[in-house]
Amino acid sequence: MPDDKQILIYAYGNPGRQDDGLGNRFVEKIGEWIRKENLPNIDRESNYQLNIEDAETISGKDIVIFVDASDEDIEDFRLSEVTPSEGRPEFTTHAASPSFILTLCRRLFNKYPRTYLLQIRGYKWEFMEGLSAGAEKNLAMALDFIQKKLTDKMFLEEIPTGQNTR
Amino acid sequence: MGRKITIEPVTRVEGHGKVTIHLDDENNVAQTRLHIVEFRGFERFVQGRPYWEMPVLVQRLCGICPVSHHLAAAKALDVIVGAGTGEGLTPTAEKMRRLMHYGQIFQSHSLHFFHLASPDLLFGIDGDPLKRNIIGVAMENRDLAVQGVMMRKFGQEIILATAGKKIHGTGAIPGGINRHLTEVERDSFLHGPDPLNADKMIEWSLAALDFFRNYHKKNKELIDNFSVFPSNHLSLVRKDGAMDLYHGVLRAVDPSGRKILKDVDYQDYLDYIDEEVRTWSYMKFPYLKEYGKKEGWYTVGPLARCNTADFISTPLAQKELERFKAYTGGKPNCMSMHMHWARLIEVLHAAEMMKELLMDPDIVKGELVTKGKKTSQGVGLIEAPRGTLFHHYKINDRDQIIMANLIVSTTNNNQPMNEAVSYIAKSYMTGRQEITEPMMNAVEVGIRAYDPCLSCATHAFGQMPLEISLYDAGGNLLDVKRK
Repeated sequence: MPDDKQILIYAYGNPGRQDDGLGNRFVEKIGEWIRKENLPNIDRESNYQLNIEDAETISGKDIVIFVDASDEDIEDFRLSEVTPSEGRPEFTTHAASPSFILTLCRRLFNKYPRTYLLQIRGYKWEFMEGLSAGAEKNLAMALDFIQKKLTDKMFLEEIPTGQNTR
Repeated sequence: MGRKITIEPVTRVEGHGKVTIHLDDENNVAQTRLHIVEFRGFERFVQGRPYWEMPVLVQRLCGICPVSHHLAAAKALDVIVGAGTGEGLTPTAEKMRRLMHYGQIFQSHSLHFFHLASPDLLFGIDGDPLKRNIIGVAMENRDLAVQGVMMRKFGQEIILATAGKKIHGTGAIPGGINRHLTEVERDSFLHGPDPLNADKMIEWSLAALDFFRNYHKKNKELIDNFSVFPSNHLSLVRKDGAMDLYHGVLRAVDPSGRKILKDVDYQDYLDYIDEEVRTWSYMKFPYLKEYGKKEGWYTVGPLARCNTADFISTPLAQKELERFKAYTGGKPNCMSMHMHWARLIEVLHAAEMMKELLMDPDIVKGELVTKGKKTSQGVGLIEAPRGTLFHHYKINDRDQIIMANLIVSTTNNNQPMNEAVSYIAKSYMTGRQEITEPMMNAVEVGIRAYDPCLSCATHAFGQMPLEISLYDAGGNLLDVKRK
């Protein structure tokens, strides 16, 4: 595996709202895998929500994968590329989108990483901790998929290291 | 025939609020109300839970200032576990909590000023809405935007080091704290590479004040007259009258500066403060009992704190407070937009306090917890970024919460926000037939000066679009505008 790409896996969500904690759980699980595989170039972070300082956090990375729970009509999980948005930014102090963070990063630091959003389908959102059985299943599938991506030379080599200025 | 204009919900102000403006037959503003129309009922949710869960559980109240709820709950539980009323903690516990709190004040105020308020200042209230946001700030004044981001990051890192986690920190526990700062962490905050060190934060805080002062010089009319109304002001102050955002006694002053609540023990807050329920809002209206519902309402937050405090203990912020007080001849400052000035004074004070605390050896060693004789109830107060925050709990003999009363900053500022909105509506709407985007934003600017976060007051969450509805006196909808 090419180890010169600086990668960040960044999950956000509220673990106190059942499946909204999918991203946080994803980061815990992939952290175990990163340790086992000894991959020091992959950082991980999880938070309640994205916020403005995350623009700085992602600015030094080559690849960022945001991970969030989703109630959209997707089967299990979906990985899509995120691009900066030039429209009116969607930002409140309670919620910022990956696209907003990417746009802010570009404007503040004149560069931005290749960025993806991994959405994992969740089903239950009540005030309690713990994932639903369906969410656990989707989590396992998403983990397997991302682990393969992170060891896929083709996926990693198409992104030029240290040249994320755009 | 009179008309009613509804602006709902407001943007860059969290939670769900709507504003109704009633016009009379001559299109003069007859009445304005800020309604809070969502409700989550946290005080009921916590009943039956073990008391020691509160400092973590209540952080779910607010995504902006969870640390304030964490600490206010911990302070109330200090009383319950017999660790005293704010003065019985070990030096290490008190200083670590203070460091956590000033980190929170610093990051929250930075977010509030640089990213929620500065777009209005840089581009004007009637500026292009497509530019009037933080991305616009980044394009117009990149240094300012970067400073805001990095100041917030520094505060967040302080919180992580003191609370243990970014999400639902666990640092403060009943009777104390559960960790020291490591020497590596301390050294990094004090002497780390630019910009993430305490001296750079002080330097940038001074620069932010310069920015505001220059802006004020050029835009005196807006800053001084945008929204002005007489108000009482309430906050904690240290026993000697110094500004203290973590602990103290309750003081209130009237618009002339006379002390109307004379440095009382907040454990007795129910003797002095009551809350009025009005049918048109879920958010209550607190007031000083002695002065009644009509005369007893008060403002909290940075403006109030700069008005109630006699002085600030850190030298650079004290110098700025002297300028602030001199501007109104020593009388309380009742200009809503001066809330931003006061906020930046507190940013500087927080930066100085963080440095002072980081240099204190008690931060990295010493006893963490105080134990005592358990009692059945306790009150914890703290000056949260947006104002005085009350937590009051009672427990039963099985250690379960049986009563919780939370008066959050936004609730304390309910009447002042209504007054500000009313003042602005009269300025902008009188004689007008139509609502424009700048008029809508003016109302939001007024609310935003006090509080970008309505959500914790009613415990609602989410982002809402802006909607304006226009009604006639008979309640018929004349027009709806959304953005």
